Amino acid sequence: MNRASLVFALLLALLLPLSLLAGRVWIDPFDARATANAALILAELRLPRAVLAVVIGAGLGAGGAAMQGYLRNPLADPGLFGIAPMAAFGAVASFWLNPLLPAAWAAWSLPLLALLGAGLGMAALALIAGRTSSDAAGGAGGGIALFTLAGLMLASLAGALTALAITLAPNPFALSEIVLWLNGALTDRSWHEVAIAAPLIAAGIAVLGLAAKSLDALTLGEEAARSLGLDPGRLLALLVIGIGLTVGAGVAVAGIIGFVGLVVPHLVRPLTDRLPSSLILPSALAGASLVLAADSTVRVLPLVSELRLGIALSLIGAPFFFWLLLRMRRGQL
Amino acid sequence: MILAAENLTLTRGGREVVSGLSAALHPGQITAIVGPNGAGKSSLLLGLAGLLAPAAGAVTMDGASLAALHPRARAQAIGYLPQVPDIAWDVAVENLVALGRLPWRDRGTEAVDAALAALDLEPLRQRPVSRLSGGERARVLLARVLAGCPRWILADEPLAALDLAHQLSLIAHFKACARAGQGVAVVLHDLALAMNHADRVLVLKDGRLIADGPPAEALAPQVIAQGWGVAARWLGEAGRLVEAGRLGEARGLALVAGPGPARADQGLE
Repeated sequence: MNRASLVFALLLALLLPLSLLAGRVWIDPFDARATANAALILAELRLPRAVLAVVIGAGLGAGGAAMQGYLRNPLADPGLFGIAPMAAFGAVASFWLNPLLPAAWAAWSLPLLALLGAGLGMAALALIAGRTSSDAAGGAGGGIALFTLAGLMLASLAGALTALAITLAPNPFALSEIVLWLNGALTDRSWHEVAIAAPLIAAGIAVLGLAAKSLDALTLGEEAARSLGLDPGRLLALLVIGIGLTVGAGVAVAGIIGFVGLVVPHLVRPLTDRLPSSLILPSALAGASLVLAADSTVRVLPLVSELRLGIALSLIGAPFFFWLLLRMRRGQL
Repeated sequence: MILAAENLTLTRGGREVVSGLSAALHPGQITAIVGPNGAGKSSLLLGLAGLLAPAAGAVTMDGASLAALHPRARAQAIGYLPQVPDIAWDVAVENLVALGRLPWRDRGTEAVDAALAALDLEPLRQRPVSRLSGGERARVLLARVLAGCPRWILADEPLAALDLAHQLSLIAHFKACARAGQGVAVVLHDLALAMNHADRVLVLKDGRLIADGPPAEALAPQVIAQGWGVAARWLGEAGRLVEAGRLGEARGLALVAGPGPARADQGLE
């Protein structure tokens, strides 16, 4: 565990109890007369919500760090490259399919289709961009350029399909459900969602961990990386599975929560030796801290209805992105 | 450990860039690969490094096909230095050099220290690569290759962006590697450097070998006329060695005749 992991693990350990206490109803941990209500709020509302925030944030942070390492680009993000939008399209499709399915299936259709969307998105990227031929002229740098372009097109296609699904929403109720869900939130989530997301995201982070050393080799460019023994096909497969799982499972239970994957590796990088392998674990911990802090904040903001987490993070993330671009322009990145 | 191209044909983007080339490279020597732009020098080097699969023929190391070798075993045996100094993240010098240990899956602290010392990079080991000069960066990237202790070092135009002093310093390091028994093959544009420092020169044109031998033979005026379409002759005596920092007897190339069939884009220094 490197220094950055330690810093963000401590931060997370600090934030977690705070998050459990914060909300419309503040819980006083020193109140001996803690009611059964407070215990219920903790066990059934706050705890699953906090665990889910940690799990989803960890997946998004690790996925972002791995994607930036793979594309050798500090502006890469699974949300921008079509994986989260494809997962979202899968989920939106479930609002259509649900009325046609037996009731027992209906509860599972949304997460399953979101995962399927993420998997299809990563598979499409792999099919289009993953044919790393032995032809270095087209295969090497071309592979990553192709990946970027294919990702952007995928994001645009998934966005269009989702918009189409909204336009043709079967009824006003479904319409409002879809729009609300797309904005991403952890409101009213239970242990059911935790049970879906946690194992998948943990598996995804483990898979990304297997890719870490190969991502380090890519620091020197694809040709030099291959000369160091990198197997481009294996690396792409690990990323398809790892990012598909971390991002897909997150979208499946919480909708689109943007910019975490973009922002977090930048917060972490200065505390590490800047090699991708040193970023994955601390980015997971920092992503968990960021989503947990943001979710706790939206919960206590004095608004009539709770600000959606996805919106809140995008409001933070977009200006941060502009700042990154400006820094890149000044050559500071 | 002989690295050999056997009737090697390489294609890139559907175009044949190296055609039926055979040459056996020997360790303990510096082999320069020269030729006009587009002759297939970089492709040949990639092929020899096992990074560009042969369309026909084979690359062998001590008789065994490179293609059949596990990528990690190949990476342990052959260090490849690409032409473009491409570093994605602003890592510290010692961490960059340590990437050379990836094929060995160890930290290789001793090898990294030795590589840093060999290229006089000790004082820079903590410095981020973004704060290095071009010459320092070239040395760091070579140190990365040396840290892997490969038996072969294949470098694509490692001297292209360097000033004279840094060129000579890097050549001295290549010579030290060759003396230590490693094989060194470098793609060069500067024929005078090849003439003065290589033990052997391969001259390529249109993907074919047009000369192969000691520099004085392989870079004879008639070969230069055939390869580059430039009438040129060598000046000075054949001084063989230029140590880093000390210019010895060296030969220069002079363009003596009129334009003839020369193409303006192939400047000869």
